Amino acid sequence: MKRKNNLLTYIGLSLFAFVMIYPLIWLVFSAFKDTQEILTSDRLWPSSFRLDGFIEGWKGEGRPKFSVFIWNSITLTLPTVILTIISGVLVAYGFSRFSFKLRKPLFAIMIGTILLPNTVLLIPRYLIFRNMGMLDSYLPFWLTAAAGVPFFIFMFVQFFHGIPRSLDESAYLDGCGSFRILWSILIPLLKPAIFSAAIFQFIWTWDDFFQSLIYISSVDKYPVTLGLRLSIDAMGIPPWNQIAAMSVVAILPSVLIFFAAQKYFVEGIATSGLKN
Amino acid sequence: MSSLTKHNRVAYLYIAPWLIGFFCLTLVPFVSTFVFSFTDYSVLRPPTFVGLANYVKMFTEDDLFPKSLWVTTKYVFISVPLKLAFALLVAIILNKNIKGIGLYRTIYYMPSIFGGSVALSILWRMLFQGDGFINRLLATVGIMGPDWLGDQRFSLITISLLQVWQFGSSMVLFLAALKQVPEYLYEAARIDGAGKLRIFRSITLPLITPIVFFNLVMQTVNAFQSFTTAFVITSGGPLHSTYLYAILLYDNAFKYFKMGYASALSWVLFMILMVVTGFLFKSSSSWMHYMDTES
Repeated sequence: MKRKNNLLTYIGLSLFAFVMIYPLIWLVFSAFKDTQEILTSDRLWPSSFRLDGFIEGWKGEGRPKFSVFIWNSITLTLPTVILTIISGVLVAYGFSRFSFKLRKPLFAIMIGTILLPNTVLLIPRYLIFRNMGMLDSYLPFWLTAAAGVPFFIFMFVQFFHGIPRSLDESAYLDGCGSFRILWSILIPLLKPAIFSAAIFQFIWTWDDFFQSLIYISSVDKYPVTLGLRLSIDAMGIPPWNQIAAMSVVAILPSVLIFFAAQKYFVEGIATSGLKN
Repeated sequence: MSSLTKHNRVAYLYIAPWLIGFFCLTLVPFVSTFVFSFTDYSVLRPPTFVGLANYVKMFTEDDLFPKSLWVTTKYVFISVPLKLAFALLVAIILNKNIKGIGLYRTIYYMPSIFGGSVALSILWRMLFQGDGFINRLLATVGIMGPDWLGDQRFSLITISLLQVWQFGSSMVLFLAALKQVPEYLYEAARIDGAGKLRIFRSITLPLITPIVFFNLVMQTVNAFQSFTTAFVITSGGPLHSTYLYAILLYDNAFKYFKMGYASALSWVLFMILMVVTGFLFKSSSSWMHYMDTES
């Protein structure tokens, strides 16, 4: 009885897993078909593996090459991630390892801003960046990251709390300054947290659509997300094979990172909670 | 206290990035949105004070305001409960010491990696368009599928389904919470002769209520601000059936450059979210349990 139940559970779980993953598999195989086949064939397996979708989609007609979008996404994302980590660790260190007069109220405000809906800040932020002449550049993304992302600050604070204070104390008695303590004692211990934060921030920034839509207006500065959208807004029958191929290219970095760092992924979610 | 307290002024140096950022990019914008909401402001010309006109317009003239509010409410009520139900159900099953749990967890989590990625929206459109994969699949078993994205009766549900598909991140949180429930409680209940359902209702569920609550608040707040899917797949159509509030906001701010009116819209959304989270917090006191207050 118990075994039979177990078997049913496995069958159920596997079927459900199949349904869950099928759309993604379908997308990958569609990238190797031609548009006609995508629109008419029910078979998952392509009749022949064509690379047209990738080649044509990469070149792109009447728009910059897809490599431009990829490069843009990289120059947008990498500094954003690095700045998020630096500001996040510094601010979290300040909040978790020192006692100062306004610590409690400021920390409460910081936490409060995690729940603050972004839409309420959107328009003035746009106007601020506009007045500073930063529209159509990646500076709005970099600056917002440098200013500390509350969600990640909170995550780092949680991790700092898990590191015994006695470590800093003994280093302090040995004459270490506060930055030295952070740099040579705490940061090495914080590596898993830094790693998870980097992964999440990378994927979120890489996939971000709304902010890019608002801040970036010239096509040759488009990141991948905006570039992808260009292709489906084209007139006539969209070249679905190219679109599928470029969608695969667009999500590939996230997939690779996910599989390379799965451990940090799951730990990161479990320890900090996740907004998505 | 600790010897590091001597450094206390140094702390301000460490939190300076956030302090400056908070002031310039959060506090000032937060207040300005409120101020702008009482103005007519089209970016190119300086704002002029118009009193409550924007708010009056919202409730009397602009038909799209109630329409998008209603669409968004439906969207939240479809996607959030379904998503959380799936997440919880699958987490409970996976928590039963299943072999290969890692693999299942990975697969169920996969769609969540991409969040609001445009690629997923495109995939959804390819799957659900009139002659798309889903309808061809239905046709093979003799069902004439509807025009999922082109028919206003189905478009919103189709868009919500993309949200539900991404239940993985909530699931992982539930799994983590389920692992925290101490084994001895289950044993004690079993010795007392409690059935499976009873154990779930009286032990498991109460102990994971904090994470249920966390998921509920986060997902609700996010769903209210949902934008990408509806914008990319249907541009809010057909007949505004997927015209989510965030699209209304975007259109007014960045298509028509009515910054004053859009500010008022965003302020109203903020108030709605305050009321909704406030309500959730308030109601939670009657159903949320904390482990440490009991022991």
